[in-house]
Amino acid sequence: MKSVVSLRGACLKFGQRTLWEDLDLDIRPGEFFAVLGPNGSGKTSFLKVLLGLQKLHSGQAELGGRPVERGSSLIGYIPQQKSFPPDTPMRARDLVALGVDGHRWGIRLQPGKTNRKVDQLLHMVGADDYAKVPVGQLSGGEQQRLRVAQALATAPQVLLCDEPLLSLDLHHQQAVSALIHQQSREHNTAVVFVTHEINPIIEYVDRVLYLAGGRFRVGTPDEVMTTEVLSDLYGSNVEVIHANGRIVVVGLPDATTHHHGADSLAGEVA
Amino acid sequence: MDLDSILGAIFNFDNYGELLVLVQNSIWAGAILGLLGGLVGTFVMKRDLAFAVHGISELSFAGAAFALLIGADVVFGSLIGSVAAALLLGIMGVRARDKNSIIGVIMPFGLGLGILFLSLYQGRAANKFGLLTGQIVSVDTVQLQVLAGTAVVIMLVLLAIWRPLNFASVDPDLAEARGVPVRTLAVVFMIVLGVSVALSIQVVGALLVLALLITPAAAALRVTSSPVAAVVLSVVFAVTATVGGILLALGGRIPISPYVTTLSFLIYVVCRVFGSVRAARGINGRVLTASRQP
Repeated sequence: MKSVVSLRGACLKFGQRTLWEDLDLDIRPGEFFAVLGPNGSGKTSFLKVLLGLQKLHSGQAELGGRPVERGSSLIGYIPQQKSFPPDTPMRARDLVALGVDGHRWGIRLQPGKTNRKVDQLLHMVGADDYAKVPVGQLSGGEQQRLRVAQALATAPQVLLCDEPLLSLDLHHQQAVSALIHQQSREHNTAVVFVTHEINPIIEYVDRVLYLAGGRFRVGTPDEVMTTEVLSDLYGSNVEVIHANGRIVVVGLPDATTHHHGADSLAGEVA
Repeated sequence: MDLDSILGAIFNFDNYGELLVLVQNSIWAGAILGLLGGLVGTFVMKRDLAFAVHGISELSFAGAAFALLIGADVVFGSLIGSVAAALLLGIMGVRARDKNSIIGVIMPFGLGLGILFLSLYQGRAANKFGLLTGQIVSVDTVQLQVLAGTAVVIMLVLLAIWRPLNFASVDPDLAEARGVPVRTLAVVFMIVLGVSVALSIQVVGALLVLALLITPAAAALRVTSSPVAAVVLSVVFAVTATVGGILLALGGRIPISPYVTTLSFLIYVVCRVFGSVRAARGINGRVLTASRQP
């Protein structure tokens, strides 16, 4: 099958520091692809490369068979949840409308057309009830639902998610990740999901790209999330425990990226 | 001075019809500036630039004072001053924190320069005072044409960049991801803002520009979250304040600016009360049926 995202010999460097190199990758339509790794491992830069906001040091990055470019309508982007100032003159539906035609020049000449599209998108993510509520008064989970609707506005081939579950509570994490998964199934959209915590999405993930220490590993969660692979990547003793379908990583050198109490033990010593 | 004569100085409607004909130009100028101020003001609020407007106006004042001193066109002088300040802020002040400190540095410097130039100026005292408090009564036809022409150009630019500017203002990260030229738009908007400030200074003066560029938009945002309604209300409020202020000021002996600022302020207070009442009743547009998914 043709791949949506394709990287060939991709290398990203900041000055002397190499984040990753020789990265070959093909992401298929409909695939749920997680990008994991500690802070500073180049997860967000990976997204920026696909968005055309960050140039590769060497190698090629292609999207839908063409080199990546800024503002491509093949991409839907779902950012981290952030709080809007309470007096922002923007209601839920206006936030979604930004995804529909916010990037176009001039003023909106056919409001009816945009409104119908926005209604449809709001309905798709189950946000009809708060369509007219100011964004500053919405909960984090509601906001992220709108972000999904906003990202789907251009009927993208790939959804790039930059830690969309961060600062959500467990219930909302599940609801939002289920929504993203459902949309990707229905529209055969690939999902590139950057996160430092795989558990909320573990049941949906097809493959994982794990970035750490200037190196990486690609494979299914079962192949990558093992004691051997992660210990090798981090260059230190890391233990991966599978329990009740969840994955717990113990002994990460960069303890700040994981929230479980058990993880931070080894990190504190150094 | 007793109360009657004070009131007589503030409100005086003798020979009102004749006066009205004389100040036609001023009323048109007030309406144009109200329209411009209302439009630009909503973006000033969205981009959190209220303090920047004040900083720009002080440098604009310095430019105007310098023009007065060397006998050049005052409007041109204030334009140079405000566009220079706006560009400086647009290019240097990318981060909000940084921006505020840069404005804090520029503002007293501009005001100081302005006072220096005015002290050196030997002409009519009314000219000096006018820069700070506004002098719209004396708008002649040529000035009105220049004003209208400039305002139309600025409004056309604003309309052309309306949607991406809005996107970049309320949701900068996503706008960048969607390929909106966020940085360029920031600089273009600062030029738009600079010119608007320079034009507004002629009505309300350097000290009171905020009444035209901030207050109406701020009032509008207290009562609506709809982007379209916010712009319409903001323009209505600004035009009401300027034109209403000029009409009230006609017969009195004092400058126009107190009338404009007071009207503007009253509109804000009413909107604020209205907004609080609505918020207290929990009206925010949510449909309260059986609770669904978040």
